[in-house]
Amino acid sequence: MSPKWTVWLGGVLLAAVIAAALYFPALRRQVNKAKVLTEKTAEQARRELLPIAPVSTGDPMVKVKMFWGSRGQEGELLPVIVELPLSRDPGLRAKQVLNTLLAGPVDAESRTLPPDAALLAFYILPDGTAVADFSDEIRTSIPSGIQSEQLAVESILRTLEANVPQVLRLKILIHGQEADTLAGHVDLTQLFRVNAKDAAGTQLDNPSPPGSLLPAPIRKAVDKMRRATKR
Amino acid sequence: MAFRFGILLGVRSSPTPRQILAAAIIGAVLCGVTIAWAVPQQSGEANKAAARSVQSAARSTPQQSSGINAPSSARTGLNIVVLDPAHGGTDQGARGTEGISESDEILQFAAATKKALEAQGFQVILTREGNDNPSFDDRSARANAQRGAVFITMHIASTGLTGTARVYVEPDAPQPNNITGLIPWDRAQTPFLSLSRKMGELVQQELSKRFKGSPDTLQTAPVRQLRTTAAPAIAVEISSVAVKERTELDRMVPGVAESIARGLSDFRPTYVVPTIPVPGGSVQP
Repeated sequence: MSPKWTVWLGGVLLAAVIAAALYFPALRRQVNKAKVLTEKTAEQARRELLPIAPVSTGDPMVKVKMFWGSRGQEGELLPVIVELPLSRDPGLRAKQVLNTLLAGPVDAESRTLPPDAALLAFYILPDGTAVADFSDEIRTSIPSGIQSEQLAVESILRTLEANVPQVLRLKILIHGQEADTLAGHVDLTQLFRVNAKDAAGTQLDNPSPPGSLLPAPIRKAVDKMRRATKR
Repeated sequence: MAFRFGILLGVRSSPTPRQILAAAIIGAVLCGVTIAWAVPQQSGEANKAAARSVQSAARSTPQQSSGINAPSSARTGLNIVVLDPAHGGTDQGARGTEGISESDEILQFAAATKKALEAQGFQVILTREGNDNPSFDDRSARANAQRGAVFITMHIASTGLTGTARVYVEPDAPQPNNITGLIPWDRAQTPFLSLSRKMGELVQQELSKRFKGSPDTLQTAPVRQLRTTAAPAIAVEISSVAVKERTELDRMVPGVAESIARGLSDFRPTYVVPTIPVPGGSVQP
């Protein structure tokens, strides 16, 4: 090989090395990005497919009161006024406010619900009993303890009370199933009173026709609650 | 073989009355020696416990013998404290720095509280002593099976101001419509709510004196463990597993134990088994 060709070959190899050095960091970033995408849980994937509370452009902007944690006072909730386009339909309205509650405040320390939890379904029966079905992360990602679980449930109840007066009682399900507790402490087997006007203990004595539009597991849970209350 | 032993002891197959009498005397002497040797071996603690159980039996005897028409005052008297260290087994509860797990750490608090309560003359039952995880109902059943008992479920939170402690009771609930006088299991706490609040207030007062930053008043929360407990019942939650060093939590152990023991001693004179209203009168659970 002549010296001229050796110089050319060396030059090409040097250029290849420089190009690789420039390209490798970008390649690494792409690989890391792809890794994060493949590590998504089935729950996250499901949540992405589920429609978030539909927001119609025709919905009027309404000032809603959200209850997040207070930074100054330990274990207390603080009302925060947020302007949102809200549906007039109570079911859709409840989904919209709960999704806003889950999205959380600007200040992450005031969160009451885990950031990766999602509202999977929400139904309101004609008698004012509502069923909220949350993803498993509401149980697995919440800080364990009576105070934190109580704050999470209270923030849901008070936000619904302030913005969806049609909801009188709430049953919380996790991943479509009735749960004994939220994360080992707060009791989820009972109905929570949402509206103070509701007369506890008498609310299910004269139930309206069962919600035939409910999915089977949720209908089963509601029927079970009715039977338990009658007993 | 028996025949050979008989020869060895000089006993014939048909013993005479004199031999039977001699055997009886030897037997009685041996029994007496055994009892005389065994009794002084009992520890002081066991003697105290025996004395307490006798006193307890003496207190309960009149009401038991008087049957269902016993006056309610005869059924007063708080004797037993059921302590429930929460979680256990595969359920570690809250997890914090230095590998702290709520289920392990709370056992220390429960053991110290047991000692402090026993020093005040209470009989203490623990729902778990090792790394097992009884069900909510099994834990409640330990208290529901006792007469004159209170129930305290103990927790360590993963949030809250470090070095503080809070007491929780069940929120108000309507009395179940009852025609039998039996308490529905899933609403067992309802008849005891006012007593639970009284006990909770006294324990919270002691805790807030001892641990600055703790609330002055007790909190309400629908704690699952309390709902099925047919006795005055509270939950004590300590903050938190998120301490910088494990020693910060360890330092709280004696204070929590003493506060609970003092609170229960103050509560003891006011303890009266509540009545359940039924058509035509009331019954005691």
